[in-house]
Amino acid sequence: MKKILSAFLISTAILFTTGCGAEEDDANVVIVYNWGEYIDPEMLEQFEEETGIRVIYDEFETNETMYPKVEIGAAEYDVVCPSDYMISKMIQNDLLMELDFERLPNAKQNIGTQYWQQSEGFDPGNRYSVPYCWGTVGILYNKTMVDEPITSWAQLWDEKYRDEILMQDSVRDAFMVAEKIYGYSMNTLDEKELSAAKDALIAQKPLVQAYVIDQVRDKMIGGEAAIGVIYSGEAIYTKYENSDLEYVIPEEGTNVWIDSWVILKNAPHKENAEKFIDFMCRSDVALKNFEYITYSTPNEAAKALIEDEEIRNSPIAFPDLTQYDNLETYIYLGEEGDTLYNELWKEVKSY
Amino acid sequence: MKSKKHLLAAPYAAWAVIFIVVPLCMILYYGITDKQGAFTAENILAIASPGHARALWRSVLLSFVSTVICFLLAYPLAMILAAKKENNGSFIILIFILPMWMNFLLRTLAWQTLLEKTGVINSVLAFLGLPAMHMINTSSAIVLGMVYNFLPFMVLPLYNALSKIDDNVIHAAKDLGANKIQSFLHIILPLSVPGIISGVTMVFVPALTTFVISTLLGGSKVLLIGNVIEQEFTQASNWHLGSGLSIVLMIFILLNMVVTALFEKEET
Repeated sequence: MKKILSAFLISTAILFTTGCGAEEDDANVVIVYNWGEYIDPEMLEQFEEETGIRVIYDEFETNETMYPKVEIGAAEYDVVCPSDYMISKMIQNDLLMELDFERLPNAKQNIGTQYWQQSEGFDPGNRYSVPYCWGTVGILYNKTMVDEPITSWAQLWDEKYRDEILMQDSVRDAFMVAEKIYGYSMNTLDEKELSAAKDALIAQKPLVQAYVIDQVRDKMIGGEAAIGVIYSGEAIYTKYENSDLEYVIPEEGTNVWIDSWVILKNAPHKENAEKFIDFMCRSDVALKNFEYITYSTPNEAAKALIEDEEIRNSPIAFPDLTQYDNLETYIYLGEEGDTLYNELWKEVKSY
Repeated sequence: MKSKKHLLAAPYAAWAVIFIVVPLCMILYYGITDKQGAFTAENILAIASPGHARALWRSVLLSFVSTVICFLLAYPLAMILAAKKENNGSFIILIFILPMWMNFLLRTLAWQTLLEKTGVINSVLAFLGLPAMHMINTSSAIVLGMVYNFLPFMVLPLYNALSKIDDNVIHAAKDLGANKIQSFLHIILPLSVPGIISGVTMVFVPALTTFVISTLLGGSKVLLIGNVIEQEFTQASNWHLGSGLSIVLMIFILLNMVVTALFEKEET
């Protein structure tokens, strides 16, 4: 709900600013397209003050809604922050600009080696993307509303949680949950496996309270539901707001994701875009930003600056991934794969 | 003189061409081609796939129910308003359309807050010691949202039609021995048919195509054909399929108008 309102406000703000654009210096701006509530607004102000570059900021809710806007070029953006599999789709469709890391010294220096290695999976050679945030997908549950510890995706199919379950309203995350229960890969294109996953999601539907995305956070804080599928970055924040909430990485394994900054090939302000990305990689900026959005930062220099030891060593924010089995990252499935998943998801949703 | 009148119509003609005719042609073009630009009927025939057909059937059902409820609520209200005539009537009308001054999205979000499990209504019930009710994320919640949002579109045309009926016609019917029910069935109802038709169309069409109400009050659990089309454009980035399904939806709306127009002919 907050999301829709903020999207509404932001788009009017953009209309307003672009409407007045004629009077201002049009060249000295950077147009950023990022996930909703995924940056500390003060950092944008700080960037504007330090560089004199005005930031035009727009938000999206899922990778899938971002992609068509960028592909068609209906709106011009410079910097976008897609997830792993979407970056590989954008690379394949020739939408991204190759980065010049000489101009991104902070990125080169501060981002941890393991994240560059992880990025190789979707961006071979680390040519197009700079990691911004990473995390896992897991279950957030309200300790007062369940009578057993939640450890498994399968508990999202438990009849006693009817109307207490929030699922992600995004096709890959929803299918990932069902696929993991059967021990399938979350990137499977096997028809039998997919149809089993689809049937499982259909069977689960009567138990689900709602399919939502950003609203999982607010609904869980408000006690509207007992169990929800959520990104790890929201876990710290939700725990601040409601101490009954607990985040867990299910035993069947889950998705490890990276969201990275990329610059579009047809970006009108490429130099400003580089400045923006490098600014966000500065350790002090990355630290403040982490404290605001609470999504795990791949910025080792910033992590070293975190004062609160509990957070610096938190298994939620910075889990030791070697401790878990069956972790996977989404890969781009190709156009046919996308269509197949979308068709099956529609069958689930319309059932 | 005549040519000047034509000039006056030019802005509207330009408007209609740019914002109505051209987009319609684009939908048609996208609807009958595939990604390679070749002609195909697949996008339109896709309505027969189980997922799409179920969504369309559900949309037709829910918007039909909403239209009937709107009609049953609005007709007596419009009669009362029309009977008041002049000042009193228009004041009540004003109160009635007052909520429309607020944004449609906000009003629907307000319903979400009311109906939620921990929402206003359930809090009041809990305070009174009554059991909580499950209201949000159901088909009924969507019907409620449709009725709430579209009721004014039913009331206004009915009020217009009813207030235009000459009182003398009704008096004449009474003089000739018709009782209240007879004069309603044979005089008032037939004379208000134009209002009924535009009211039904103005409620049924937006209800059939909505996707916001079903997302907000249905928790994305109840998929309507509007949601399917919206997702084809925004998520699946398959404009061809989205356009094809839009064409099917337009055919349904046209059918609805034809049926109501036939009904009108029979009445008059």
